[in-house]
Order: sequence, then C-alpha cells, then structure tokens
Amino acid sequence: MSDDLLLSVRGAGKRYGSRWACRNVSFDLHPGEVLAVVGESGSGKTTLLKLLSMRLALDEGSVHYAARPDGSGPGGLRDLADLSEARQRMLSRTEWGFVDQNPRDGLRMAVSAGANVAERLMVLGAEHYGRLRDEARDWMGRVELAGDRIDDMPSEFSGGMQQRLQIARNLVTRPRLVFMDEPTSGLDVSVQARLLDLLRSLVDDLGLACVVVTHDLAVARLLAHRMLVMKDGAVVESGLTDRVLDDPHHPYTQLLVSSVLMP
Amino acid sequence: MNEQPFQIQTVVRVRGLAKTFVLHNRGGAELPVFSGLDMDVAAGECVVLAGPSGCGKSSLMRCLYGNYAPSGGTVELRHGQSWLDLSEASPRQVIAVRRSTIGYVSQFLRVIPRVSTLELVSEPLRRLGFSRALADDRARQLLDRLALPERLWHLPPSTFSGGEQQRVNVARGLIAPRPVLLLDEPTASLDPRNRQTVVDLIGRARDDGAAIIGIFHDAEVRDAVATRSFDLGTCRPQRAPEEMAT
Repeated sequence: MSDDLLLSVRGAGKRYGSRWACRNVSFDLHPGEVLAVVGESGSGKTTLLKLLSMRLALDEGSVHYAARPDGSGPGGLRDLADLSEARQRMLSRTEWGFVDQNPRDGLRMAVSAGANVAERLMVLGAEHYGRLRDEARDWMGRVELAGDRIDDMPSEFSGGMQQRLQIARNLVTRPRLVFMDEPTSGLDVSVQARLLDLLRSLVDDLGLACVVVTHDLAVARLLAHRMLVMKDGAVVESGLTDRVLDDPHHPYTQLLVSSVLMP
Repeated sequence: MNEQPFQIQTVVRVRGLAKTFVLHNRGGAELPVFSGLDMDVAAGECVVLAGPSGCGKSSLMRCLYGNYAPSGGTVELRHGQSWLDLSEASPRQVIAVRRSTIGYVSQFLRVIPRVSTLELVSEPLRRLGFSRALADDRARQLLDRLALPERLWHLPPSTFSGGEQQRVNVARGLIAPRPVLLLDEPTASLDPRNRQTVVDLIGRARDDGAAIIGIFHDAEVRDAVATRSFDLGTCRPQRAPEEMAT
C-alpha cells in the first residue's frame, strides 16, 4: 500500500517565535483522496496548508511527495526539503495546484481570463497561440464560464466566477494534488453550492487528491473522504469524514459538530 | 443468544460489540447503548433487528457500516477473499468495503445539490467500474420498477416527496450487488404498491445470497423478508439512575 502514497507528512511543525502555530501533524495521502482540515481561526490549519505546499518552511518534521519522474529529477517518494528550488517551482506549477481563499490572491488581475488559464501551459513551454486559446476556452467551459468572456479581465467577473477561474487556472496542467484554502467561504451561499458541486465533480472526474482547509463542516462532508480536526495547532481527532461528524469523540469535535445551526 | 455454528458462508461476525457515547460537553456523561453483543450473519439470511425504540438498533447498523466507532469488540466482514475488522480498519479500507461489500439504505436520503436522481442512483455501479451507459441503464430500470415518474429522473431529488426520496434511496442502495446489505426502515414512507416492490427487491437480493440486516417496523414487510430476528433487548447495559437523568 505504501508504494501508492502521494504525500507523507511526519511530525510537521511551524513556530512563530516561541509559539507553535502547528505541531506534530502526521498523515498520509493517496492518489485521488480528499482530506479536509477543519478547525476555527487560529487553529493552525492554514499554516499547515502552507507547510505542505512549500509556501512556508518547516521548523520540525518532514513532508515527502511522490513526484513523477521528469527532466528535473527522478520520481518516487522524496523529501521536499531535499528538492532543488527549480524542482520545487516546477512541482508547484505542474503537479500541484493551490486555490486561495480570495481569488484575487490566486489570479493575475492585470491580464485577461484566458491568459490566467493559459499561464501554466506557457510556463511549460506551450507557444502555439491558437492552441493555448482553445485550451483556455475549454477549461473555462469546464468550470462553467462562458467561452466568449476569454478576453475579459478578472475584475469584470463576480466573486464566484473569479473563484471558478482560479480553479481552471490551477487544473489546466492536470495536477495530481490540489491545496485549497477555504475555497467557498468568501462567496454567497447560493454561489457556494454551485462551486462545491463543481469541485466535487472535477475532483471525481480527474481523480485529484486534495487537502482542503475549511471551517465549514458541510464542505468537509460533501468533498472529503477523511478529515483532520485541529485545535491550538494540534490534530485532536482524525478519521473517515462521516465517522468524525456523526460520532465525534474529542470534546472539541463534539463542540464543533453540535454548534452547527441547521436551517 | 442467537447461537449459530460457525459456517463457511458467514459474512458478518460481531463479537463483544459495545457502544457508549461520552458527552464531553455534558460533564462527560456516559450513554451506554449496548455491550457484549455477538452476532453472526450468513449469506442468504435476512436478520431483522428487534427491540423497543431507543435500544440501539440504528446504532448497531451504524457500527456495522463503519459510521460509528465501537467502544469495544469487533465487527468483522468478509471483504473479497479475506476478513476485515471494521473496528480497526483505516478510512481507506472502510471506503473500499462500502464500495464493494456493504450497502446501506438509510431512512433519509442525503441530497447533494445539483446532482440528478439518475446520477445519484447509478453512482454506486459507476464506482465499481461499470460504464456510465450500463450504470444509467440499470438505474432507469430500477427507477421504473419503483414507479418513479421519468420526468423526475433528471432532477435533483431535493424537492421530491418523502416517498419519492425514499424510492431513490432504495434504488441507490440496491443497484450494486453487494454481499452485505443494511436496511434501516426502507419502506417507511411508501404506499402499498411501492412497498411490495421494495419487498420483492429485498427478497430477490436475499435469495441471490446477500446477507441482510434490517430494521422493519412494518410487520407485513418483516414477515415477508426476514429469515430470523435478533433481539437487542438482551444486550442492554445497566444504566445507573444518575446517568439516566442527564
């Protein structure tokens, strides 16, 4: 079973001064598996996501990733800290995606929608303008954006559309692992449902592995196979999503689950 | 209690199963549901869970599905060629068991926004690797048999009546052939005709060799499908009076 691991996290920790933002986090992720990380603000879940995606450096522990063998190095489970900067950059532009909570952080606001979607392909060396446009239009369609808006600027799009554009921008290189930071929480409830459904089917169709940080238990229920519950920088409970939500064991998880208001 | 010699065709083997809820935000109050529960279920059996309401029938079903973590004991299932203990299985193993070995028809349908009825019903077959065309075809047959009007098939079931949702749930639960089926009141909100269809489908699955464990409050349904009953009343732990009060 271990040979089909995608990500292996052991004792991951990050410290700000004397305070640990997160510590002792360990888990394995397999291809196609969706893991939700839930907890309240300040629980360390976003810090964890940044550690996993190399946006922040670890102070403790390790993250191993099973890269595809390519021109910049061999495949197999490798310690991310040992990869060259060039290889790290290549990974985060091809095999990985990162969906920011605020689409303005993940998009280039000064270039068109089509250029946003095609950027990763250009980084990989694609040059044929017509083909790039076709690919961009195709991905805009897959995230339910009208193809005739390919030349519009992201600022002309609504929040929900910007978020879908950010998703298309990330998926265009067919990544194997996507990190998402509160992907739906800046959106109106009706827009959230549509985005969630879109994410659910894309994750399913593409066999994506995901780590989704969310404070919304309904998002975890709908998208994730497994979840981690974080509090004060530590994982207090983990397991199959419906087991954790329907039979929570840790006092904090019980509080979290019982605090949700049902409409 | 329900002694049965160990046989090769046993597919569910429960030993010393206990479930107690600990409510940490209620001063650590303990709610014992059952303990010391032993049960064997063989292929082709339909075991109806008996006992008064609140005795833990649904909790047992949820333990058998890996939805509740047992407080003690084991829940072993025949999964493929080997046995797997759900009480210590990893999330991935539980997901694999649910895909190919165990089906669950709950009392209420969990509706997913924007997912059509047809897609919802055919999904378990597609997850097993069947083509979309074949899975959709089978879903149509089943929905037709359950008399769900064709104009509803392409709509998400969120606006359907209770009985319509229940039939969608039954179709989704029974579409894939699975060796173990858990049925929690699958006929509760159905009219007599549809109830009879569901009874026929359950009987067919049983005769095809599925091991079925169910909660059926309707005596007619129970008599039509059950091969024996299992009384949870005997597995009830003693509760201290002060715990009863919380």
